[in-house]
Parts: sequence; C-alpha cells; structure tokens
Amino acid sequence: MVLQAVFFYLFAAIAVASAFMVIAARNPVHSVLFLILAFFNAAGLFILIGAEFLAMLLVVVYVGAVMVLFLFVVMMLDVDFVELRQGFLQYLPVGALVGIVLLVELLLGLGAWVISPDLAGTLPAPAPAAADVSNIRALGELIYTRYILFFQMAGLVLLVAMIGSIVLTLRHKPGVKRQNIATQVGRTREAAVEVRKVETGKGI
Amino acid sequence: MEIGLSHYLSVAAILFTIGIFGIFLNRKNVIIILMSVELLMLAVNINLVAFSSFLGDLVGQVFALLVLTVAAAEAAIGLAILVVFYRNRGSIAVEDVNMMKG
Repeated sequence: MVLQAVFFYLFAAIAVASAFMVIAARNPVHSVLFLILAFFNAAGLFILIGAEFLAMLLVVVYVGAVMVLFLFVVMMLDVDFVELRQGFLQYLPVGALVGIVLLVELLLGLGAWVISPDLAGTLPAPAPAAADVSNIRALGELIYTRYILFFQMAGLVLLVAMIGSIVLTLRHKPGVKRQNIATQVGRTREAAVEVRKVETGKGI
Repeated sequence: MEIGLSHYLSVAAILFTIGIFGIFLNRKNVIIILMSVELLMLAVNINLVAFSSFLGDLVGQVFALLVLTVAAAEAAIGLAILVVFYRNRGSIAVEDVNMMKG
C-alpha cells in the first residue's frame, strides 16, 4: 500500500511537471519530448490502477506512433520558433485567470463529489472484470462481443484519418517525370523506330 | 495513505488545466496547441480509466480506447492540415490563418 502511494505520487508529479514543461518549453522539440515523458507517466498511473492494456496501448500507439509523427512534423517544418514566441507573456494573465478558475472549479467539484449509494443498483448492467481473468482478456471479451460495433467504428475512424491525411498531403508537382505504364505498353514498333535509307558517303 | 479515486481525478484535473492554460499561453504556435489538445485527451482518459477501475465497470476502459483512437486520428489529420498550410503560406502562426476571411 505504501509502495503504491509512493509510485502514485512519483508518476503523478512527473506527469504534471512534464505537462507543464510541454507548454513552457522554448523549443517545440523539447515540448514533444516532455509530452512523451508525460504519456509514459500516465501509462504508469494506468498500470497502478489496473488497466495494463490501456497502459501498453498508450506507450505503443501514442509514444510509438503519434508522438513520433509530432516529432517528425516539428523537425520537418523549418519554422522560426523564436518569432512565434513573441507576445508569449501577453496572454499570460488571461490564461492564468482561466486556468486558475477552471482548476478551482474542478477541485471544488471533486471535493463535494460523492457517488449516490442508490446509484449502484441502477447502473445499466455494469461489466465487472472476473477476478481470475487478466485485464487484457476481460477487455477483449467485452470489445469483441458487446462492443464490436464501437470497435469497428474505431477502425473506420482510423481509416478515414489515414485516407484524409494522404489526400491532404499528396501533391503532383508539374515537371516531374513519372513512369506512365499505359503509354509505355502502348508503344508500337512504328512509333518507336524509324528506318532511314542512308546513301553511302552522304550522311543524313 | 490510501490512494483513492479522488487522487486520480485530481491529477486529471491538473493535467486538464495545464492543457487549457497551454492553449492560452501559446496562442501563436499551432504545434503546441495540438500538443495541449493531446494533454486534454490524456486527462479525460485518466478520468475514464479511474472511474472504470473504482466502479468495477470495464466499459470505461472500452470508452478510453475509443477516445485514444479518436485522438490519434485527430493528431494525424491536424498535422496533415498543418503541413499543407505550411506549404501554402510558409508559416504556421495562428494569426496568418485568415485565408477564409472568417
């Protein structure tokens, strides 16, 4: 129990600190790296709470794919980030005001929050994990049976995202030579070869 | 000291606030704004997983899975739009985004 508390505070503190560094770092590459650190610590929190599959998903999908995509784009765009930092302090007061109001509201809401005791019976068929089944197996038994439609919808969302980003970024530059297989195959001997009769000693 | 549901919710609330704060603080840099949105989604996911675990209902984790999917799709499309915008304008400053005169 003590060890759990220690690890909770460790993960939570690093996650919050690195999340703050994400928005405060001068270099966007550092921001992405701090975001990766925040996601790793959130995965640690997920493991503490017993959601191993989502933790691994966060590390593999998020850190492995999405954050690398971010890093790729940040490094690919040749932007003067110092210029973008101009007026950084201009929005600080209103941002701090909104942030503090939001945080106070959220924490006050958490402080006064309690689950109604008669709610437990009215929950629409909660899906508890069986005691002797691992988290991944329990989740799989739920996803592939009752929530198969949502699972396939998630796949469709990813498909749309993939096609959309390809359509958005694909471009054909004029003046670039490309292989056109139809014209290549459609060439005939008459179009490609010209036979000239050259008289001896005269040239063409 | 027992770690309860409210601890996880507090962490999520702080992360959410940092995300909102980041959007205000980096008004000019679209990349940081996208990263702040990722932080918001992370906070929401922590909330969903915490409730799922403490209420003994696995559906919350299924929902967190869907949120993760949507967040990944959003990041991919957002970055694609960013790349196209940079190609057209040579800048990613938010105040340059005025081609539609909105």
